Amino acid sequence: MALSLATASFVIERDPARCIACQVCVRQCANDVHFYDADDDTVRAHDQSCVGCHRCVTLCPTQALSVRLNPLEYRPHANWGPDILRNIYKQAETGGMLLTGMGDDQPQRIYWDHMVLNASQVTNPSIDPVREPMELKTYLGAKPERLEIDDHGDGLTLRTELTPQLELDIPIMFSAMSYGSISFNACESLARAATEAGTYYNTGEGGLHPALYQYGERTIAQVASGRFGVHLDYLNAAAALEIKIGQGAKPGIGGHLPGEKVTLDISRTRMIPQGTDALSPAPHHDIYSIEDLRQLIYAIKEATHYTKPVSVKVAAVHNIAPIASGIVRAGADIVAIDGLRGGTGAAPTMVRNNVGIPIELAIAAVDARLRSEGIRHRASLVAAGSMRCSADVVKAIALGADAVYIATSALVAMGCHLCQHCYTGKCNWGIATQDPYLTKRLNPNIGAQRLANLLRAWSLEIKEMMGGMGVNSIESLRGNRDHLRGLGLNQVELDALGIKAAGM
Amino acid sequence: MRAVIVGNSATAVGAIEALRAVNQSAKVLVVSEESHLIYSRPLLSHYLGGEIDQVRLAYRPSDFYTRHEVTPILETRATGIDTAGRRLLTQDGNSIAYDKLLIATGGTPILPPMPGIDTQGVFSFTRRSDVESILTYLEAHGGKEAVVVGGGMIGIKATDALIKRGIRVTMIELAPRILGVALDSTASRLMTRLLEEAGVRVLTGNTVTEIHSRDGRVHSVTLREGGTIRCDLMILGIGVRPNTELVEDSDIRVNRGIVVDEYMRTSAPDVYAAGDVAEAYDLVVDMNRTVAIWPNAYRQGAIAGAHMVGIETPDAGGVAMNAIEVHGVPAISVGNSNLEDEPGHEFLTDLDERNHRYKRLVLKDNRLVGVTLVGHINRAGIYTGLIRHKIDVGASRSALMSEQFGLLSLPDRYRKHVVTGEGIEV
Amino acid sequence: MSKRIVIHEEHCIGCRLCEVHCLVQHSSSKDIIKAYGGEHSHLMPRLTVEEDGPLSFALQCRQCEEPSCVEACVSGAMHRDPLTGMIMCDEERCVGCWMCIMVCPAGAIQQNLLGTKIASKCDLCYGAELPACVAHCPNEALTFDDVAEKGAGS
Ligand SMILES: Cc1cc2nc3c(=O)[nH]c(=O)nc-3n(C[C@H](O)[C@H](O)[C@H](O)COP(=O)(O)OP(=O)(O)OC[C@H]3O[C@@H](n4cnc5c(N)ncnc54)[C@H](O)[C@@H]3O)c2cc1C
Ligand code: SF4
Ligand code: SF4
Repeated sequence: MALSLATASFVIERDPARCIACQVCVRQCANDVHFYDADDDTVRAHDQSCVGCHRCVTLCPTQALSVRLNPLEYRPHANWGPDILRNIYKQAETGGMLLTGMGDDQPQRIYWDHMVLNASQVTNPSIDPVREPMELKTYLGAKPERLEIDDHGDGLTLRTELTPQLELDIPIMFSAMSYGSISFNACESLARAATEAGTYYNTGEGGLHPALYQYGERTIAQVASGRFGVHLDYLNAAAALEIKIGQGAKPGIGGHLPGEKVTLDISRTRMIPQGTDALSPAPHHDIYSIEDLRQLIYAIKEATHYTKPVSVKVAAVHNIAPIASGIVRAGADIVAIDGLRGGTGAAPTMVRNNVGIPIELAIAAVDARLRSEGIRHRASLVAAGSMRCSADVVKAIALGADAVYIATSALVAMGCHLCQHCYTGKCNWGIATQDPYLTKRLNPNIGAQRLANLLRAWSLEIKEMMGGMGVNSIESLRGNRDHLRGLGLNQVELDALGIKAAGM
Repeated sequence: MRAVIVGNSATAVGAIEALRAVNQSAKVLVVSEESHLIYSRPLLSHYLGGEIDQVRLAYRPSDFYTRHEVTPILETRATGIDTAGRRLLTQDGNSIAYDKLLIATGGTPILPPMPGIDTQGVFSFTRRSDVESILTYLEAHGGKEAVVVGGGMIGIKATDALIKRGIRVTMIELAPRILGVALDSTASRLMTRLLEEAGVRVLTGNTVTEIHSRDGRVHSVTLREGGTIRCDLMILGIGVRPNTELVEDSDIRVNRGIVVDEYMRTSAPDVYAAGDVAEAYDLVVDMNRTVAIWPNAYRQGAIAGAHMVGIETPDAGGVAMNAIEVHGVPAISVGNSNLEDEPGHEFLTDLDERNHRYKRLVLKDNRLVGVTLVGHINRAGIYTGLIRHKIDVGASRSALMSEQFGLLSLPDRYRKHVVTGEGIEV
Repeated sequence: MSKRIVIHEEHCIGCRLCEVHCLVQHSSSKDIIKAYGGEHSHLMPRLTVEEDGPLSFALQCRQCEEPSCVEACVSGAMHRDPLTGMIMCDEERCVGCWMCIMVCPAGAIQQNLLGTKIASKCDLCYGAELPACVAHCPNEALTFDDVAEKGAGS
């Protein structure tokens, strides 16, 4: 075998004065980086295989370990950076596509960081969320044209028949992550946390494990191009259904769950033979037009007797506004849009980093377009694709989203260190893996608790920021772009976002 | 309620602790012919060997009697029982009334008819007074060489203690091999070799026919198979038999030991017997028999003690077992561990003679009925549990012999039962 | 009801941090570096992690309701602590006769031959609020819970 030109990404530093050779790191590294040498009772490392997941660092009982970027430096070149070189070395060696996991890691502009929020001073009072009620409740689904109310002396009743709604205690849901791409324990953690927090999680395209049917009321079940695990009970078990057209990390691309990950349990849940690759086609082979989409939406509504909202999820791409409009007109109750930085279990690196548009611009464009067409009320807008903190959520809502989906943040809450090696199936944190040695590492009791904690913490912060703006209900914030100002953006960007520049 | 216990050893403690766990009002009396407060008989060899002192010989702290509100009546020999009048007769002509009586008189050493057995320097080895006599004797007269008669448990323990005192021992066993009751011939051979490595001369198929004295003290013994052996000291450790003397004149049923049911009740109302003196259920051989071991004595005592105050926990049965150590190498045997070539049985063995390691399992109908471990004994109790609970180990047979043997080698449901108490005993 | 260490084998990841911290807790310095340095020679963890493929769990004394070890112990070392009700081995009294090892159905007692022979067994970190294995298990595979009386010795 010819010499590999790829150099180690990381180097392991082990403090010999602290290492007690307990070998916890050896046992914890799925990449076999650490090893024990019985001859001299020492633990050493093969740095080459380190992916920088920090599992060993976190578990080392004496803090003897540190993982650093390999200090090896290439001759500086503004055009030919080290990552570019490494990619070429790798491809020259393997002849394969570059694969990666998680969302886009390139330094494209993150508009969240170029928007600032408003606060009340003197002319309008701010609200103290600790002392006054603060409403985060959000309903997702089509809203009626207008409300007709009967007044029969002793009270009011609503005459208008409402279409089904999802009731969220907090405008944050867990985004689609399939059982297969993530472990059962991760799915269970999400389901339990959603239940506890009064929100929803999304099955992704992997079907619903029988053990998770008990969380059906808090489940959004996906129908994707592979139709994995889709059957009547599945549709009826969930609170809402979502047709997945696209995903922000890999718009226009199908999915591929390698056969090794299709364990017995997963094969049963997905209804495919054990050990076979689970291939989701790039398009739905029965959807080539908005009309076709409408057929599927209504097929699902028929199957579930019009009791559940139907969502359609698309990736944020160039013509996202008219696409969203078409989706609304096709009868979707919710439009979910996933931006450029949305996460994934596996995607071709080139696609992930170069296809699609940031979610901030998509929200602004879609919200504006639906308003201008007078159909904004006919569907709720859910934004996804890298909400990293509660401020991102507030900004997304101010831009026009009804609620957001979080996936990467949720994974991070469960322990993910963004090593971006999900696609290898060796997730040391027990999240993006089906290896029974690794899946145990995520105890769903802990996972659910951490997720619920995250949602609680964010909801406190959201209330605090809303109070500062003098807003006591998330409803009043939605699409209220006056609360946003752009910082360091040019006029084209400001216009695209529909916001003023800071200082204006 | 007045509970009287005859004998002041493992059985008595088992009874007292179980009784007091649920009842504080009963009056409890313990009658013992020995003058000591409760001590551990199995530790006598450690005491003789100088490993422990008198204080550690005590089996329970000195406040045991007061804390459990027990009246010890020491140096008092019980001589008979008036079962009709519910009285225990004592050697001083008095009698003690009882509502419930527990006979826990243990065993008496078997003393073979041997000319010269009364010679000074010839000792039995079952009581603290025996060890104290030996120590006094050694102090007064010194001693370099000893003869131990009996290659069973007691003989081995006495030998091990003497070795630790730097005394050269010749062990004489009548049977063709030592520890024949507990071990198969291979394990027995290993132990013989260990003894020999420790400097012991082991003579099997032989016995002492006469004891010779000089200056009134033992000086040598004559062997049945010819020859004499010099010795300054001789210990008789042939074994014990149930000490049933107390009930001989009563109507209480005695077989080899006192016959008892699953609550340790004898044939006489309100009279119990437990420990070495009783013939209780052995779950491996599936019949009642005497098994003179400490754990059985304690457990049977506890069952009797509880029953006296109305707690009915039937005895699931005992298992014969022993843990010994020779020359620093431990050996454990449980159940029918000495069986060899027995039809209907299966034997799994693993021998590493050089490192004094041996493992042998005896199975019958896929169930473990006997275990011998020499050298490596950690986790032995798991096997004992399997024997006790009669677990079907057919599926985990290979794991049973593995070096990594542990709970994970067991049937799932039994493992969960042991680990979390949740699974089911299967 | 009493407090017991509950083993959750489905959550044990076989890292053996429990063993590490058990050893540290029973060292005189209670300092991990020192415990594994000079003091290590006579210390051993009082629990064992059993492992077979992905299945693993840390096993320490099950605190039997009817403890076989106490029944079998000939020295009186193995006892139920009158204060806490826990099964403990009084190491001052233990003579290392291994009767307890012979009977413990969980195999939870080990020979400690590093110093004087003693039966090495979990003491629930006597005096500490939480046993060290429970406190340091990264995945809550061990919890210290109130449980109804039950155990291996039944
Ligand atoms: C040297 C030695 C080592 C041993 N080592 C082990 C070992 O390692 N493991 C093991 O499991 N077992 C061992 N044993 C066996 C164990 O000691 C017995 O099984 C246990 O002592 C039985 O307890 P017990 O209460 O039934 O009777 P005993 O311990 O025999 O006690 C009976 C008591 O009753 C008293 N007594 C008897 N008759 C009367 C009477 N008429 N009036 C008043 N008092 C009376 C006796 O003086 C004695 O104190 C050993 C025995 C000996 C002798
Ligand atoms: S610390 Fe916890 S997870 Fe690690 S081996 Fe021990 S019980 Fe298992
Ligand atoms: S028998 Fe074993 S598990 Fe039970 S109390 Fe004793 S040491 Fe603990």
